Amino acid sequence: MAKPKVAFYWCASCGGCEEAVVDLAEKVLDVVAAVDIVFWPVALDFKRSDVEAMPDKSIAVSFINGAIRTSEQDEMAKLLRKKSQMVIAFGACAHEGGIPGLANLWNRRAIFDWYYRNGPSVASKEGAVPMTKIKVPEGELELPEIWDTVKCLDQVVDVDYYLPGCPPTPKLIANAVQAILAGKLPAKGAVLAGTKALCGECKLNSTKPEKLLIKDIKRMTEVFLDPEKCYLAQGVICMGPVTRGGCEALCIEGRMPCSGCFGSLDKTPDYGAKALSYVASIVDVTGQEEARKVMEKVADPTGIFYRYSMPASKLGRKRQKGAN
Amino acid sequence: MAQAVSPPIQTTESKSEGSSFEPKIVAFFCNWCTYAASDLAGISRMKYAPNVKIVRVMCSGRIDPSFVIEAFRSGADGVMIGGCNPGDCHYKEGNYKTMRRYMLLSRMLQDFGIEKERFRLEWICASCARELQETVDKMTADIKRLGPLDWKGV
Repeated sequence: MAKPKVAFYWCASCGGCEEAVVDLAEKVLDVVAAVDIVFWPVALDFKRSDVEAMPDKSIAVSFINGAIRTSEQDEMAKLLRKKSQMVIAFGACAHEGGIPGLANLWNRRAIFDWYYRNGPSVASKEGAVPMTKIKVPEGELELPEIWDTVKCLDQVVDVDYYLPGCPPTPKLIANAVQAILAGKLPAKGAVLAGTKALCGECKLNSTKPEKLLIKDIKRMTEVFLDPEKCYLAQGVICMGPVTRGGCEALCIEGRMPCSGCFGSLDKTPDYGAKALSYVASIVDVTGQEEARKVMEKVADPTGIFYRYSMPASKLGRKRQKGAN
Repeated sequence: MAQAVSPPIQTTESKSEGSSFEPKIVAFFCNWCTYAASDLAGISRMKYAPNVKIVRVMCSGRIDPSFVIEAFRSGADGVMIGGCNPGDCHYKEGNYKTMRRYMLLSRMLQDFGIEKERFRLEWICASCARELQETVDKMTADIKRLGPLDWKGV
């Protein structure tokens, strides 16, 4: 029997998800032995035309990481969808929009103005701005167009499964590959990670007080974290209570609070709203002025609560003047 | 001298300019205070802007921030939360939670381009029908000035 064909592709991402595949270490050899990699631009020399030449549905699984924010990424996602039996959104950006999704607080023009004209590190104030077409002696060149709005993968193509995380852990990737090869996958649309909140698998959960209340919110620079005590109880915002588990609390073990990269649980309608609600609820300060002072210590609520999920959130992006 | 003239015929153009814009305001009112105040206003035949669509909840603390976001996304031009004065919560601390959520949510919504005036938290006691009337009228006028939100999203 022919080995199942697999494709990897990256869109708006940092490359960490590709790194995660390599992080499988020697297990990657098992994967390579079991499947036939037909497309992986970061590692192997295949071109788009190679994919175009493949019959529809001939790829068993496409792993697509990164958010979608250019016309090229949109085309590639749609092309791979057409050629694949199964599409897996790989990593936080493909899953819920990820860090690139925070660009939805601006639009293309604002971003270009800053990065090519007004930013303090831009030498020329009349700097070149990316264009989609330019004439050169050899003819006209065309480049992809950057969108005003960053989208997650399932906002442009149908997605079968999600592998969350920034990046997904080697263990989850290996489990997912095994499940695919064995044909033991859950119902379509499932997130291939935990189904309970991270606190459930956190080592420090036993030190979490019965009724968790804090008098002050502390930023990481203000406190020497006791690595043996629940970080929330120490006043540092940890997203554990609202974030999907499955990562085995690796960051907590590395003395960093959870920042929420595994995204929302199945029944959470909006990750940021839920996270905001829980943080406000555990602050045990009732005076209006005192409460205001504590809540202001959440320096950037939007950035903290929607760090990985703005495109997938209910509001999705900042209101665009003119478009609205 | 002002003469009685028939109102000008509304065209779609003048409508989009906001002259006849009637804001839709979703109002989450606590059963024990603000909802009672709106009831009292009704019984007392007081008039207030009909723009608020009241949703009665048992406590302002029941209002998940996602309700507010959902309201804006579904076409509300404004959202108002009415709860008990500090110290008066029927469930002791629900309104304090709402207050702290409001402090964060209001900042967050402004990041999304939703003006501060479109999202209000008010403590209105059960006998404060007059205050309810004034608050609703003021919020309606504020939002009329801002124009429709007309949320488009992604």
